[in-house]
Amino acid sequence: MSVATIEGYEVHVNEEGFLTEYDEWNETLALKLAENIGVEMTDRHWEIVRWLRADFKEQGETATTRRTQTVGGFPTKEQFELFPKKPAKKMAYIAGLPKPHGCV
Amino acid sequence: MSTQTVPAVVPNFDDEANAGRKLAIICSKGNLDMAYPGLILANAALGEGVETHLFFTFWGFDMILKSRMNDLKFSPVGNTAMHMPVGDMRVPASLAPVPGMQAMATKMMKHQIAGLGVPEVPEFLEQIVAAGGHLWACRMSADMMHVDESDLYDDVEAIINASTFIEMTNGAQLLFI
Repeated sequence: MSVATIEGYEVHVNEEGFLTEYDEWNETLALKLAENIGVEMTDRHWEIVRWLRADFKEQGETATTRRTQTVGGFPTKEQFELFPKKPAKKMAYIAGLPKPHGCV
Repeated sequence: MSTQTVPAVVPNFDDEANAGRKLAIICSKGNLDMAYPGLILANAALGEGVETHLFFTFWGFDMILKSRMNDLKFSPVGNTAMHMPVGDMRVPASLAPVPGMQAMATKMMKHQIAGLGVPEVPEFLEQIVAAGGHLWACRMSADMMHVDESDLYDDVEAIINASTFIEMTNGAQLLFI
């Protein structure tokens, strides 16, 4: 397990840089994580990120883009616009969650 | 457990490395179970930022024909791997063609797929298109079946011939299903 300092917060991260402890995340951190990967956070980005966090808390796993659409109500197309190319991974990274395990 | 302090690593989402990567999937089967591999891989590739094209040909037309796409079937006939609903038994080959077997097997498979949160074929195509995927239909199959674009799922971009497909997938990785 590794500890890194991001925006002054000491957080546990995996070898790719994803946060590994749900409770170590906060929105200041998320803003920095988003900046790291070139995502500029708008209200809509935050809505998705907050929904992903809430869903993870309930389900114990990260929602796929499919679930983010059907359960979260965020259309696939919009996810690709807000988090270009690799929405599932980028959303998970900013939300401080593991990459989704599901295939669809 | 030991911890070590590391410099903050930023994941390499590697948008650049994928630039120009293309995947073309030829869907040639109309059985329910054979529709899914192409759809799942296309969806995964799009989620990785890969330009993805699906080309429907022959029986694969059932995946994009408005009249059939909602109603693909799964048949245990000729499938020696068919599992019984319980235990680890195989369905005896002699039982596979029994009337009602196909309907039952189809229903079970749809139920299992839905249980995983995986959409039915039309909705799956909709998701693939929303993610930026491209759908194409085969000219010869359309001619053989006497269908035109009005018979096909609306998001199919065009009916194209084989050489157009070869041309447009220049440099692509190719899967035949």
